[in-house]
Amino acid sequence: MNSLWFDLGAATIKSLVVVLNVLQLAGMLGWVERKGSALIQDRIGANRAAIFGFTGAGLVNTMMADPLKFLTKEDVIPGGVDHLLHTLAPCIHLFPALVTFAVIPFGDVLVIGDREINLQVAPLNIGILYVLAMVSLGVYGVVLGGWASNNRWSLLGGIRGSAQMISYELAMGLALVAMIMTYGTLDLQEMARAQGGTLLGIIPKWGILYQPLAFLIFFTAGMAESKRVPFDLPESESELVSGFFTEYSGTKHLMFFMTDFVEVIIVSGLATTLFFGGWQVPFLARDGFHFPGGASLLLPNLVVAILQIISFSVKVLFFCWFQIMIRWTLPRFRYDQLMRLGWIGLLPLGFLNAIVTAMIILAWGAH
Amino acid sequence: MVPTTYYIALSAILFSIGIVGVLTRRNAIVIFLCIELMLNAANLAFVAFARQLGSIDGQVIVFFVMTVAAAEAAVGLAIIIAVFRHRQTINADDLRLLRW
Amino acid sequence: MGFALFFILAGLIILSAVGVVLNRHPVRSAMCLVATLFLLAVLFIFLDADFVAALQVVVYAGAIMVVFLFVIMLLNLSDDAPAPPQQSRRFSALVGASLFVLGLLYLLRQAGLLLPGPGMGTAVPQGFGSIEMVGLRLFTHYLLQFEITGLLMLGGVVGAVVLAKRKVG
Repeated sequence: MNSLWFDLGAATIKSLVVVLNVLQLAGMLGWVERKGSALIQDRIGANRAAIFGFTGAGLVNTMMADPLKFLTKEDVIPGGVDHLLHTLAPCIHLFPALVTFAVIPFGDVLVIGDREINLQVAPLNIGILYVLAMVSLGVYGVVLGGWASNNRWSLLGGIRGSAQMISYELAMGLALVAMIMTYGTLDLQEMARAQGGTLLGIIPKWGILYQPLAFLIFFTAGMAESKRVPFDLPESESELVSGFFTEYSGTKHLMFFMTDFVEVIIVSGLATTLFFGGWQVPFLARDGFHFPGGASLLLPNLVVAILQIISFSVKVLFFCWFQIMIRWTLPRFRYDQLMRLGWIGLLPLGFLNAIVTAMIILAWGAH
Repeated sequence: MVPTTYYIALSAILFSIGIVGVLTRRNAIVIFLCIELMLNAANLAFVAFARQLGSIDGQVIVFFVMTVAAAEAAVGLAIIIAVFRHRQTINADDLRLLRW
Repeated sequence: MGFALFFILAGLIILSAVGVVLNRHPVRSAMCLVATLFLLAVLFIFLDADFVAALQVVVYAGAIMVVFLFVIMLLNLSDDAPAPPQQSRRFSALVGASLFVLGLLYLLRQAGLLLPGPGMGTAVPQGFGSIEMVGLRLFTHYLLQFEITGLLMLGGVVGAVVLAKRKVG
């Protein structure tokens, strides 16, 4: 009985930690986007939200002013709209995005007393398939959002967006297939663990050394899935106002907008876990540092776990920043260029990658 | 532990809901949706029996049923689009050229 | 898996299935079917069929139903008119279906004790329903059928494009 309560408590705390961190980070990314774009475009950006002149490095804006603004705006519902679908669309869009984090590991194990807590909310043995499933469900938010707005330009944005998403799901799936073949498992925690150790004694055995092409394909497809620039034609802020979520205001707009940043975090989290070692710190094993020269530094488990969590966070933040940089650097793709890239560019490359990986694995054993 | 017959009963109920849908609705796409419901009822029966018999073959068959359903949905919807272009309706009552 | 959980899940599944049939708006019907498929996937997980459950969400709920929604939106279907007073057809359909279900349930009650195999109570071998086991079986015993479904997919794609393409000129 005691162990049941312990497991339940551990699971609850893990879920809360992950969800709250993700939501908070999504909000912060909104601020980073504004200030980052301002720096790139040589302007100041939003700096008016302050309490008694104290801007708090953007915290006042992000934590208080922006959410309050969204939550207290009037919820305008256009006429002739199916109310159930109009309200359902942002929920369906946000829910799979948040739930994807259940399989992304943020540390190895945390030893409390004599029990080990796996630092991953849900240790499914079909981890990556679950991620693909949630990505597939995310299409419904776009389709319903466009349809339920009773506005033909929103519908256009919605159809474009969903067609783009299902096209790039294939490329993403193929990149993931190559990773599955390399590590022989679908569980993300096992993949992260398999990236410990070193090649030639010095270089950490991260996924990108084995599958650089898969990383490129995955990252591109991931950005297209989350409809970030340069793939944001469904949104096209200068053409369709907000595309498929034009007719949403207040809290519903906040949900759509937040899903954008949550998906940025998802792509960063997955890229980190699959290709950059996840929570692995170079030369850090479960009991401490083991340097290549032979020196080692033993550390208690709590310090190791904290170091791993910090390493994971740093890598995820780096990729989030990287995606925001890409957004403000590249111009938007035209729709036919986008589709061509997905079907004629990334898909054959993904196939090629998978076939070459399979041949190498057959030839050399476990690559 | 839920006995297998409960799962099969659920599958039977889903199947008959699908049958009622196919027989009563007149919109061709909704008829199609009810057919998909019947296919899923069959899938549930397969998976339940796979668990009952401890054999993985049931789940492999489900894999095939899903692929066949996908191909059938694609072609069927293409047919519906073609019919709509010609007759401007997909109401099953109005598409009665082949009836006596 | 507890009885209570099963009955709650089964109740929700039946509710959404009835929603598919009774809804007048085709988009709402389609969304009810998506809910049914998702709940069935949850039920599959309880039946130790992890891979099939993931496939159900990715393929069925994530791709096939999206195509359905696309077609409904393309044809811009409005709500179906309420059923004409053709009650005889609906009545006979309901009677027929209920007879079918009741008969089947009666047969199941009789046959329930005679089902072959180890049964639900026994534990399954480690990795039952995982992708390795299904894949191994699929690519050894069912290889020919797998290749044939590949051809079937090809035929489906070609057929769909040919049928739905707008004739030029």
